[in-house]
Amino acid sequence: MTKTRPKHLDLTKIRLPLPALVSILHRISGFGLFLFLPFLLYLLHSSLASPDSYVRYRAAIDNPFVMLILLGLLWAYLHHFCAGIRFLLLDVHLGTDLQAARHSSRLVLAVSLVLTLILGVFLW
Amino acid sequence: MVKRVIVGAHYGLRGWLLQRMTAVVMAVYTLLMLAILLVSPPRHYLAWKTLFANQAMKLATFLFLVSIFAHAWVGMRDILMDYIKPMGWRLALQAVVGLALVAYAGWALQILWSV
Repeated sequence: MTKTRPKHLDLTKIRLPLPALVSILHRISGFGLFLFLPFLLYLLHSSLASPDSYVRYRAAIDNPFVMLILLGLLWAYLHHFCAGIRFLLLDVHLGTDLQAARHSSRLVLAVSLVLTLILGVFLW
Repeated sequence: MVKRVIVGAHYGLRGWLLQRMTAVVMAVYTLLMLAILLVSPPRHYLAWKTLFANQAMKLATFLFLVSIFAHAWVGMRDILMDYIKPMGWRLALQAVVGLALVAYAGWALQILWSV
């Protein structure tokens, strides 16, 4: 008997299960946050250094392009946060069976998106 | 034959534990900061500066930032170990990441204690 199951490692054809999606997004968001660390430290610096630099900081974050980047980073942070809590719970063997793991990964994806919208609107 | 790679005892465990402990520190600080921003958002420079003039806030923020840098070290090390196979490249990139994170810690110290 020949097995006809699809055997390929074409990244565009693999349909990731939800927990795998949460996992790879955890990695991608963490990497993205790492890359933007100097930018975020620069923003913290200019927000605190002096009244003049604070004005420049406000102008920078009101720039639509910067705002879009910050919104992306906010999502990255929130996804990393929610998925991280999920991983901590998995570490202590909470929610490890298939259904629970699927539900919690859907929850992580939804909650981090909704929180991004809510906090994004609130913080500006 | 299985090729065994020798690493120091508890090498992986230490990183794993560091990642979890720093995660908890960051989660607590995040909730604290969110509470401050929700209850009394500092809407101008003076209020923002006053918040960070507090010694406890400086220390908590520094602890948070150092946790980020340590957490990022473990995460970036994992990523480099997974995707960068040539040993020389991997070590060079790990050195760049490590040095950058130490520099960020110095920068964070300077930012917070100049307030």
